[in-house]
Amino acid sequence: MTQRRLLPLAAWLAALLVAAALAAGARYTADLSAFLPRAPTPAQQLLVDQLRDGAVGRVMMIAIEGADAAARAALSRELAARLRTDARFAYVANGAAQGLERERQLLFEHRYLLSPAVTPERFSAAGLREAIGETLDLVASSAGGLAQALLPRDPTGEMALIAAAHLAAGPRPALFDGVWASRDGERAVLLARTAAAGADTDAQEAAMQAAHAAFAAAAARLAAPQARLRLSGAGVFAVESRALVKREVARVAALGLALIAALLLLAYRSPLALALGLLPVLTGALVGVAAVAAGFGVVHGITLGFGATLIGESVDYAIYLFVQSGAARGARGAWLAEFWPTIRLGVLTSMIGFAALLLSGFPGLAQLGLYSVCGLAAAALFTRYVLPLLLPEGLRVRELTAFGARLGRWRAAAGGRRWLVAALCAAAVVALFAQRDALWAADLSALSTVSAQDQAYDGRLRADLGAADARYLVVAAGSDEQAALRAAERVDAALRPLVAQGVIAGYDSAARYLPSAQTQAARAASLPAPGELRERLARALSGLPLRAARLEGFIGDAAKVHAGARLTRADLEGSALGAALDALLLRRADGWHALVPLRAPATGPAALVIDAARVREALAGSDALFIDLKAEANALYAGYLHEAIALAAVGVAAVLLLLMIALRSAARVGRVAAPLGAAVLVTAAVLAAAGQTLNLLHLVGFLLVVAVGSNYALFFERAGGAPAPRVLASIALANATTVIGFGVLSTSSVPVLRAIGATVALGTLLTLAFAALLSGARGDAR
Amino acid sequence: MPARRTLLALLLACASAAQAAPPWTLERLLQGFAQTREAHASFVEKKMVRVLEAPLVSSGELHFAAPDRLEKRTLRPRPEILRLEGDTLTLERGERRLQLSLRAQPQAAAFVESIRGTLAGDRQALERAYTLRLEGAERAWALTLTPREPDIAQLVQRIRIAGQRAEVTVIEILQANGDSTLMSVQRLPAP
Repeated sequence: MTQRRLLPLAAWLAALLVAAALAAGARYTADLSAFLPRAPTPAQQLLVDQLRDGAVGRVMMIAIEGADAAARAALSRELAARLRTDARFAYVANGAAQGLERERQLLFEHRYLLSPAVTPERFSAAGLREAIGETLDLVASSAGGLAQALLPRDPTGEMALIAAAHLAAGPRPALFDGVWASRDGERAVLLARTAAAGADTDAQEAAMQAAHAAFAAAAARLAAPQARLRLSGAGVFAVESRALVKREVARVAALGLALIAALLLLAYRSPLALALGLLPVLTGALVGVAAVAAGFGVVHGITLGFGATLIGESVDYAIYLFVQSGAARGARGAWLAEFWPTIRLGVLTSMIGFAALLLSGFPGLAQLGLYSVCGLAAAALFTRYVLPLLLPEGLRVRELTAFGARLGRWRAAAGGRRWLVAALCAAAVVALFAQRDALWAADLSALSTVSAQDQAYDGRLRADLGAADARYLVVAAGSDEQAALRAAERVDAALRPLVAQGVIAGYDSAARYLPSAQTQAARAASLPAPGELRERLARALSGLPLRAARLEGFIGDAAKVHAGARLTRADLEGSALGAALDALLLRRADGWHALVPLRAPATGPAALVIDAARVREALAGSDALFIDLKAEANALYAGYLHEAIALAAVGVAAVLLLLMIALRSAARVGRVAAPLGAAVLVTAAVLAAAGQTLNLLHLVGFLLVVAVGSNYALFFERAGGAPAPRVLASIALANATTVIGFGVLSTSSVPVLRAIGATVALGTLLTLAFAALLSGARGDAR
Repeated sequence: MPARRTLLALLLACASAAQAAPPWTLERLLQGFAQTREAHASFVEKKMVRVLEAPLVSSGELHFAAPDRLEKRTLRPRPEILRLEGDTLTLERGERRLQLSLRAQPQAAAFVESIRGTLAGDRQALERAYTLRLEGAERAWALTLTPREPDIAQLVQRIRIAGQRAEVTVIEILQANGDSTLMSVQRLPAP
């Protein structure tokens, strides 16, 4: 006896220890990467890369609000200076020219390698004459200040051309007091890029803290206590989402557990029974998380949120044991013999339904499947093999037979109203049919935990900063760095006409910061040797008010390039130019990618949207890939949703097959399936009628309804429609806990948790009601 | 900055006004400017740049409309429009168009606002930014402005405006680096 007791206990404790270790060692994330496919297309892979560690995810937009404009500008300078010395930031821009001397120096030093205008013709006598003539015109003009200062070393005006190209590519926010500000001048804005990838949520959090600390120090030094800092960007959202989900899960789990515990205490009148009854929940949740950690290495925040929901299902097992057996030791053997097979079938039904999700190509959905299957199995096994051993001799829970008998009379009164269920189902079908086109959310944002206000603020900051929302991207691939740069230069040539035609407003390119060796060599070869250049200048300058003797600086600079000076990636390292290059030229497993982010026109007929067909047409013949990341993400989500619907259908078929094998009668299977099907149908209709577009999490909610409700339906079916008072009491209690647990979830501010909560609370309640309505009107108890 | 120099020139060149009575004082000169509602003029600008052997010459038209619209339209050697409207400075040259807000450039703003003060007859505003010295008589006067602000003094050594009555005929700007600009202005009848 002792050994028979010890073995399951030891196994349970060992399993708990292993699970705790796995759960503690797991990495938790809240970004969207868990919703991206395991076997992506090149475009999807790119989307994943961009979200995980691309420039998109690294952008941190910083806003300074409050105080007055002068204080905000001073804070902007101080904050930028502090963050530029922080290794967590690769790049910080606030519009002020200070701090960019090195960048200007780099551009000037390498101007003959960087300027797209450098050709052999431009450095012929005639070309030089034309270029210098243009520069002199510029010097004569109102905008001639810089050209005048640079004239002796840059008479052909390459620096102005490079500056114009960078100006066209980069953001051009409004300037107030010399730093970037929103159009209305009410906030100073800065653009930063973190050193860490956007998907590295811990590092993003550290960067946010660093920004807040630097701001606090700056505000203290400048005595501007009214000023506030606001951060936005993909990485910021990931950090905030994770914190929100954590907070919400903790709140919901605590509140749900407290309410359920209060109810169970009322029902059992035994704190010990209550404590023991929560053990299957804890066991299941821990094992579920551990299984996901072991299977995926990363646990998604949504999975954890879902973890809180399994309370609703696994708490039922102990309720069935305690209430149906009265917890009397002698009755437990009888309970095992009489009721365990039914519960076991219910558990298997739930597991099979969720197991279908394991087939998903999306890690997020597969995680939910694995979590549920393992969590439910662990909770059920614990209830069957360990929990009875833990019950002390004298444990008694309150006798609920009288309560059950009253429920039985209600059931008998309700029973036999099949027409009511049929009518509700018919109405539901009509309602769903009417909404058929808008039933499912087509947009990935349906799963976002970011509030509409935060998204709107993010949009405003992007507009302030003129920051590309990184929606449109051309990717040029190459086997090595140089091949990728050459490919980017071909893209550059193909896109230039589109800028002139207004299809795109501009674009950035790695080749703008680091031209390929081939292009650099061609540009260098355009420059004549010093002797030849002097000779050509003499001819070019005849009649112009400039003498060649004044241009020795120019001749010397050109000679250096002619002699072989080249720009390398190492030269740019540590500068803002190097940071920009790093974001645009990436090493991939299969080679190198040069990214060319496109900016949509801000105004005009094609404002904010780029005509994909025109871009693809311009790129035709090259290997470059044009991607609309937003469309790609939405297509991805749509695929995800369709797959989930298909998998849910597979799950339903598998459940029916299992029931058929277990019950060996189509009529019996029908009696189990009818209340479940009707409940799911009516729940979906109610949600749709309430204006909710259904998303993936509603679908998961339906699976949970089937998982939880199948137990009720099986008990009803087993009892021929009229369960014994104790059984009825246990079902009612189980349902009350489920409705409480998920009802609490439906109050969450996280949309995905709210979706599951509302679906399951309503669905399980309806399952029980429909099971009663569909039961025969005969005898109130067996 | 050349843009600022030009602005000043433009503002002062456009200013001209009705007859005034003796004695000739700074007060009366500024009053004359303030009465101008609209003015047209042609200009020829010669830029003396040290590295160049000969001055660079450009020409075009100036237009001023009270209270705050000023335009310098260069026609030769290359068309260009420099326009100040409210707080916005716009430069159009070829296909390029550059716009900047004066609020973004406190120095330029101080510069422009002091000139506006002049046009409005606000001597105080002008004297905040410059030391003023008026020479000559009503028929041939010369006003010399020397920047007080170190930021502006770094760029501009002094500005000399000469004219007769309430009409500007010459604006000469001497830059701190030794380069200089001489703009001759001739009033045109309203178009």
